[in-house]
Amino acid sequence: MSAASRSITPGPVQSAHCRYLLRLGDTSLVLGQRLAEWVGHSPALEEDLGLANLSLDLIGQARLLLSYAGELEGQGRDEDALAFLRDAPAFLNMTLAEQPNGDFGRTIVRQCLLDAWQLEVYAGLADSSDRRLASIAAKAIKETRYHFRFSSGWLVRLGDGTEESHRRVQEALNELWRFTTELFAADEVDDALAAAGVAPGLAELQPRWSARIDEVLQEATLVRPAPVPYQWHGKRGVHTEYLGHVLAEMQHLQRTYPGAQW
Amino acid sequence: MSNDWPLYEVFIRSRSGLEHKHVGSLHAADAAMAVEHARDVYTRRQEGVSIWVMRSSDIVASDPTDADALFEPARDKVYRHPTFYAIPDEVKNL
Amino acid sequence: MYTQGLDSLGKECVHTAAGDTAALEARFQGKVDADEKIEPKDWMPDAYRQTLIRQISQHAHSEIVGMLPEGNWISRAPTLRRKAVLIAKVQDEGGHGMYLYSAAETLGIEREQMLEQLLAGTAKYSSIFNYPTLTWADIGAIGWLVDGAAIMNQIPICRCSYGPYARAMVRICKEESFHQRQGFEIMLALARGTPEQQAMAQDALNRWWWPSIMMFGPSDTESRHTAQSMRWKIKRFTNDELRQKFIDITAPQAQFLGLQIPDPDLAWDESTQHFKFGQIDWSEFQAVLKGHGPCNRERLEARRSAHENGRWVREAAAAHAEKQRARAQRAA
Repeated sequence: MSAASRSITPGPVQSAHCRYLLRLGDTSLVLGQRLAEWVGHSPALEEDLGLANLSLDLIGQARLLLSYAGELEGQGRDEDALAFLRDAPAFLNMTLAEQPNGDFGRTIVRQCLLDAWQLEVYAGLADSSDRRLASIAAKAIKETRYHFRFSSGWLVRLGDGTEESHRRVQEALNELWRFTTELFAADEVDDALAAAGVAPGLAELQPRWSARIDEVLQEATLVRPAPVPYQWHGKRGVHTEYLGHVLAEMQHLQRTYPGAQW
Repeated sequence: MSNDWPLYEVFIRSRSGLEHKHVGSLHAADAAMAVEHARDVYTRRQEGVSIWVMRSSDIVASDPTDADALFEPARDKVYRHPTFYAIPDEVKNL
Repeated sequence: MYTQGLDSLGKECVHTAAGDTAALEARFQGKVDADEKIEPKDWMPDAYRQTLIRQISQHAHSEIVGMLPEGNWISRAPTLRRKAVLIAKVQDEGGHGMYLYSAAETLGIEREQMLEQLLAGTAKYSSIFNYPTLTWADIGAIGWLVDGAAIMNQIPICRCSYGPYARAMVRICKEESFHQRQGFEIMLALARGTPEQQAMAQDALNRWWWPSIMMFGPSDTESRHTAQSMRWKIKRFTNDELRQKFIDITAPQAQFLGLQIPDPDLAWDESTQHFKFGQIDWSEFQAVLKGHGPCNRERLEARRSAHENGRWVREAAAAHAEKQRARAQRAA
C-alpha cells in the first residue's frame, strides 16, 4: 500500500461506476468475513469445510472487485487499502451482509437471501458493456450457483426438519426480511449504470429473485414475511452498528501498524 | 441409532476418461448433502470432475479369509497372459 | 461406523480358538515385516487395533483442535491474500481431521464416540494447541515450526503398516506442503519489516520454539510405546531421531530470518554433524498434557459449544432426511 493511499475518510468523489463496484465488492467482503467466523465452530465438521469454501469464494470476488474499483477511482488504492483503510461510512455493502451470524439457521437465511440476489446480479452482468466486470461476474456466478445450492438446501432441511429448527429459521427470516428491500431499491448509481448498459436494472431482477425465494420457502414450509419499507441504506454508506465492529476487528493490524508490509 | 449422520463412501473421477476411484468416507444426513460434502472435503484442489457417493452400509465386501478360494485359482491360468505364448521374433504385429 | 461389508470383521477376527491366535499373529507380523499393508477386515492383534485407534483419533483431534488457535486470527489477518490463505489452511486442517476420523472408523469405532471422548476430556490431542496465539507472528510461527514438526512426524506415517492410515497420511502430507511455506513467508515478511514487526517475530519464536520441539514426544528413554510401534511399523523413527532432524533443518532457517532461537546451548557440533541443543523442560510438557496449559479449557470449551450448539442442526437434517425417505416410500 502506498503512503498516499492511507486516508481514513471516504476520499475523493467516486464515479457511479466505482461506487457500484464497491457495493458488490464490499458485500462479498463483509459476507465472507462473517462466514469465516464459523470456521472451527460449525455444527458439523463437514459444515466447517463448506462454510470455509463459501467464504473463500466471496473473499476472492471481493479482491477482484475492489482491485478494479481502486483502479477506476484512480487514487492509487489497491484491494487492501480499500478493505483495511476505509471507515464504515465509506463501505457500500448491502446492510444484510453485515448482520451477525446468530445461530446456524440465521446464517443460512442471510446466505440464501443474498445468494439469490447475487445470482440475479451476476447473471445480469454477463452482458455488461464493461467487459472486465462481465468476466468477473462470469467467474462469480459459478461460485454463487453452488452457494445457493448449499444455502437453499440447508434452508429446506432446517425449515422442514424438526419443530425447533423450523421455529428458529422462521424467526430468522422474519428478523432479516426487512433488509431485503434494499437489495432492489434502485438509486441514482443503479439507474446510471443501468442506463449505460453496465449493470442490469434492479427492477427486472426483483421478480426473478422473489420467485426463486418463494420456491425455496415453499419447500422449506416457511412463510414469506410481509414487505417492509426501505429504511436501511448500507449501499449508501449508512450502516447498522454491526459494521463498525466487523471493521474494527478486520482492520486491527493495518490500523495499529500504519504502513507496515505483511 | 447413532447421533451422528450415517457414513457415505466417496468415489471421485479425477478427469474425464478415468474411472471413479474410492477416496474416503464422510458423514451426511442425506445423499444430496453427501455429494456436497464430498465436493467440499475431497475436491478442494481440483481433484475431481465427477462424484459418486453411496451409503457405506450398502457395500458388500469379500472376506479376507476367503482370499485363497476367491483369488488363488486365477494364479495358474498363465495362459491368459500374452507373455505365455512364444512367437518367433521375426513375426511382427502380434 | 464403517459398517457391513467394509467394516464387519473377517471370519478369523470373530471365530478364533485360543490356540490359533499364535499362528494368526505370526502371519500378521510376517505381513508387516514384508511391508505388506494391513487392511480393515484383516486379522490383527487387538493391541495393534487399540494402538491405532488411540493414535489416529489423537491425531484427528489434534487437527480439529488445531483449527482454533489459527482460526483466532482469520478475522484479523492483515491483508486479503493472507486472510484467504489462512482460511484455506484452517479448512485443510478440518479436512485432515475428517480423513483421519474416517481412517479410525475402519477400525470399528464411530466418529461420534471419538468426539465424545475428546469433549469429555478423556482423549488426548497435541498439547501444542493449548498455547495461545497472541500476535499475528504466532500464525507465522505455527506454520513454520508447528507444521514443520508435524510434517516431519507425518511423512514416515505415509508408510505405516495400516492401509487406511497410510493413505490418509499421503493425502495429508501432499496438502500440507503449502502450510509450512506460508508460515515461513509470514515470518520472512515480518523479519524484513519494521522493528516492531521484527520484535513480534522474535517474540513468537521465543514462545513457540520449545513447545514445537516437544511435539516429537518424550525422549526415547522415556517413551513407552516406541519399541512395539516400530515393530508394527506404525512408527518408523524414534522421537529423538525426528527431533534432531527437525532442529538440524530449522536452525539454519532461523538464521536466515535473522532470528535467535531461544536456546543458549544450541550450537553446531562438527563431530556429530548435528546441532546440539539444551535440556527440554519436560515438566512443562507433562503439565500441559495433564490439562494445565494456558488454553486447555478454552479449546475444549470451544469444541463443546460448537458440538452443543450444532445439535439442533444435525437433528434437523436427520429428521428432514427421514421425512424425505418416508415421502418417497409413500409415493412408490
